[in-house]
Order: sequence, then C-alpha cells, then structure tokens
Amino acid sequence: MSNELNNPFAATDQERQAREKEKFIKLSTQLITWLLVIPVVAIIVFLVYKSWPALSVEFITENPKVRMTAGGIWAPLIGTFFLVLVSLIIAAPIGILAGVYLNEFARDNWLTRFINLAVVNLAGVPSIVHGLFGLGAFVYFLGMDRCLLAASCTVAVMTLPVIITSTKEALASVPMAFRVACWNMGATKWQTIRTIVLPNSISGILTGVILQVARAAGETAPILFTGAMISSRVADSGWDAWVPYGLEDRFMALSYHLYIISTQWQNVPESFKFGTAAVMIGLVIAVNSISIGFRIYLRSRKKW
Amino acid sequence: MNYQVEFHDVNVSYGSDIALRNINLQIPKNEIFGIIGPANAGKTTFLKAINRTLEFIHNAKTEGDILFDGTNVKTIRNVYELRRKVGVVFPLPVGLPMSIFENVAYAPRRSGIHDKQELEELVERCLQQAMLWDEVKDRLHMLGTKLSGGQQQRLTIARALSHSPDVLCLDEFSIAIDPVTTMKIEDVLSELKDEMTIILVTNLVQQARRLADQTAFFNKSELVEYGPTEKLFTSPDNQLTYDYVTGDFG
Repeated sequence: MSNELNNPFAATDQERQAREKEKFIKLSTQLITWLLVIPVVAIIVFLVYKSWPALSVEFITENPKVRMTAGGIWAPLIGTFFLVLVSLIIAAPIGILAGVYLNEFARDNWLTRFINLAVVNLAGVPSIVHGLFGLGAFVYFLGMDRCLLAASCTVAVMTLPVIITSTKEALASVPMAFRVACWNMGATKWQTIRTIVLPNSISGILTGVILQVARAAGETAPILFTGAMISSRVADSGWDAWVPYGLEDRFMALSYHLYIISTQWQNVPESFKFGTAAVMIGLVIAVNSISIGFRIYLRSRKKW
Repeated sequence: MNYQVEFHDVNVSYGSDIALRNINLQIPKNEIFGIIGPANAGKTTFLKAINRTLEFIHNAKTEGDILFDGTNVKTIRNVYELRRKVGVVFPLPVGLPMSIFENVAYAPRRSGIHDKQELEELVERCLQQAMLWDEVKDRLHMLGTKLSGGQQQRLTIARALSHSPDVLCLDEFSIAIDPVTTMKIEDVLSELKDEMTIILVTNLVQQARRLADQTAFFNKSELVEYGPTEKLFTSPDNQLTYDYVTGDFG
C-alpha cells in the first residue's frame, strides 16, 4: 500500500506478467529469425570450401572439355544468360501491362476476379508441369522444336504470374488520393498513370522483375524438355563465344549442366560440381543485391 | 436567369445505400453557394456528381439530370473538359509527389500549355490567390508533399484554380488551415466570385453565413431547403434547419 503511494507507476501483478510474456515472445521470435541465417551461411561456406580447387577465372571463361572433366562452364553460363534475357524480354512487358490493367483499369467484376485467381494459381503450378506444358504448347503445337525460344517462352510463362503480382502491389502502394486529385483536374487515367503512378512505382516493379531473374536462372524442369542440351560446341573466343546460340538453337544452361554432371556423367571432378553450384548461387546473390539496391534507392526517393 | 449548375430530380446511390434523394436546386452564376449539413448528409456526393467523378466509384448510380451551364453532364463526351471546368478541393490536403511548381502546373500541362513563361505566370497567380505564394516563392522546386498540412491544403486550392474553372468546389477546405489563413482565403473567395461560381461545403455554419449568397441545408441524403443565406439563418421554413443553424440539432 505504501509502495503504491510512493510510486504511482508501480506495476501490478498482471502488468508484471504481461511484461514477462512480452519479453518471452520477443526473445523467441528473435531467436527463430536469427536461426534462419544458419542454413544460408552453411550452404555458402560449404559450397565455397568444396569448390575452392576449381574456382578460377578460367573456370568461368573456358568451355567444358574432355567430357566435362576439364575446362570450365562458359557455354552453360552464357546459355543461362540468354535464357534469362529472352524470357524477360517476353515476360516483363506482358506482365507489367497486365498488372497495370488489373490494378488501374479493371473493374471489380467476376471476370477480373477470375483472372486474379488464374494468376495466383499459375504461380502455384509446379515447374515440371510448366516444362511439360512448354513441350506441348511451344515445341509441338507451335512447332518451335526444342530451342532457346521455346525454353524462354516456357520460363516466361512460369515467371509471368509473379511479375504481374509484384507489379500490382507496386502500383497499389501509390496512394489512391493522388489519382483522385489528378482525375479531378481533368487528367485521363493514362495521363495519371504516366505522370504519377508509374514514376512512383517503377522501382518496385523493377524489383519484382529482377527477382524473377534469379528464378529463371535457377529452374531446371522448364527447360529440360524444351531446349536445354547436354553438350554443345561453343567457340572458345571471338564473337561466337559471346553469342553462341540463336533463338532456334538448343543450348546449354547452368542448372541443367549441374544436373548432368552430378548425375549422368562419370569422372567429373567433385570441385567442378560444387563450382557450378557456387557460380549459380553467386549469380543469384548478385542479382538479388541489385534488387535490394533498387529498393534502398526507392525508399530514399519516396516522395510522401 | 442563367444558372451555372442545376439539379433536376437527382438521385444517387451506392449499391443499396442512398446518398442523395430527389435533389432539385439551381446555383446561379458568380455566387457563393454554401452547403451545410451534418456528416453523411450527401454533401460530398453532391460535389462528385457535378464533375462526374462518381463514375470512379464502381457501384455508384446517378439518376436524374444535372445541368452544367445548361448542358446535361450525362451527354458530355469530353468529360475531362468538364472536370477542368470544375475545380475541387477536398477536406484532406493531397500534395502530389512532385515539386510545388509542378503541382500547380500539372493540369495546365495536361491541357497542352507548355510555354515556360506562361506556366510561370499561371503558377504565380494561382499560388497568390491561394495565399501560398509568399511562403513558397523561394522554393518552388521543393516537393509539394513536404509542405505542412495547411500549406498543402492551400497548394490544392492553387491547383484547383490552375485549370481556370467556372466552378470552384470547396469541400470543408478549412479544417486543416489555421484561422488567420482561413480568413485570408475567405477574402479571396469573395473576390473570386466575380470570375467563377463557388460551391462551399462547410461544417462551420458561420463560415457559410459570412460568405454565401445562398445556402442549402442537407440532411440524411435530402435537401431540406435552400435560399438566401440571411433568410436561412434567421427565418428558415423548416424546423430542422432552424435547429441546425442555431446549434440545437441532434
């Protein structure tokens, strides 16, 4: 009683309990979050350690030689680069335009809801199903045969839903009041989108697209039947080394290359397998860093 | 008599919610027309019906005829020109995420004015009318969103004036502005009515009394009555109006 008189802020038993609970929840969520770092660090350290003997500039710039037991990974690396490039050239415009339509123009009716549902479900389709779909749709039905274009189309279909969704979210983060203000001044919807909405969401949209680079580069299943090949002859230097594949050519890709040398071929040095994996992970980290950089840039530029 | 805005048997509903019921009124040109009434009376909906921004609310439905300068707004193909002829200021200030200058130059640019000098003169005139020029003239290229709430509200007034509207709609413009600035803007409004018609929606009944030539009282989606401001405030026809303007409402 006297305590309460001296200190009007003295905690009651109930408040003490609430504080204990608060401390416990904070600590346990913090601990679990920190634990997440362990697998990432473990994988990277393990990969770098195992691939150390193979990692060198030549490993990246030389083509595979002697049934992949020597040389490097240039041919699959440049193949993956073109796969990602072509698939993004296809998927990014379509995905961004669809996202703009869905967020800015579409009315909330059953058709829009059905499209949104389709987009969400498309994102959930397993990649092997995408691969088989690509085989049926692009390779056989459209008669592309197995080639870079068919594989890129397949990967584009796989990455589209996420690009659409991230575009929608980036657009939705621009406050509605800005649009209303513009409409009231007699601006058309497109003028509003061009002058207010897109300039303030473009970094978010690009972040979403860039994150899909990592996904397109890493997937094996969609390209398995649609254009990837075990081994192709690629020039060691000159123009042909930089652009070894045309759209109608079959190509080597890092993810497929890793699958082949890990499971199908004998006598490939251990360090080559880990080296290939390390380069892939390195690519993903590099690309993600770019997108994180974009996000930091976005936040620093935020205008409201 | 030449009316700027006329409502004939206008009904507005949002789905099953009725927002305006059987509204009939005429707003003469070059007048300040005050609209008072409690929350949810349909005052904002009334403004949105004039420039057809109700169309952006997907379940809004408008019936009846609204004439703007004699033309039925339903029949206007170039709705963007209609919206330029109506300047709207909302209760909450919204600075667009661009410079102060670009905020005011936004509408003129969209309607095709690109001459730098013309834009500069226009921006200065609008900012002066909105009582903001002296405070921002040295930093026109600062972000409009970085201004204080009251300054942003005056920025939106400048923006509403930037497309030289025939009608200026002010929806409780003063709730974010200090009293001194409010009085200054009220003076400006009295001058502006030579150039345009002003519709002043306000929660401050005394503001309507100070400024408006005519005043309308809305309650529960209906227009209770309207007429010359002094009459509405001293001897209204309806008991509800009397209770509201004398503060006995509720």
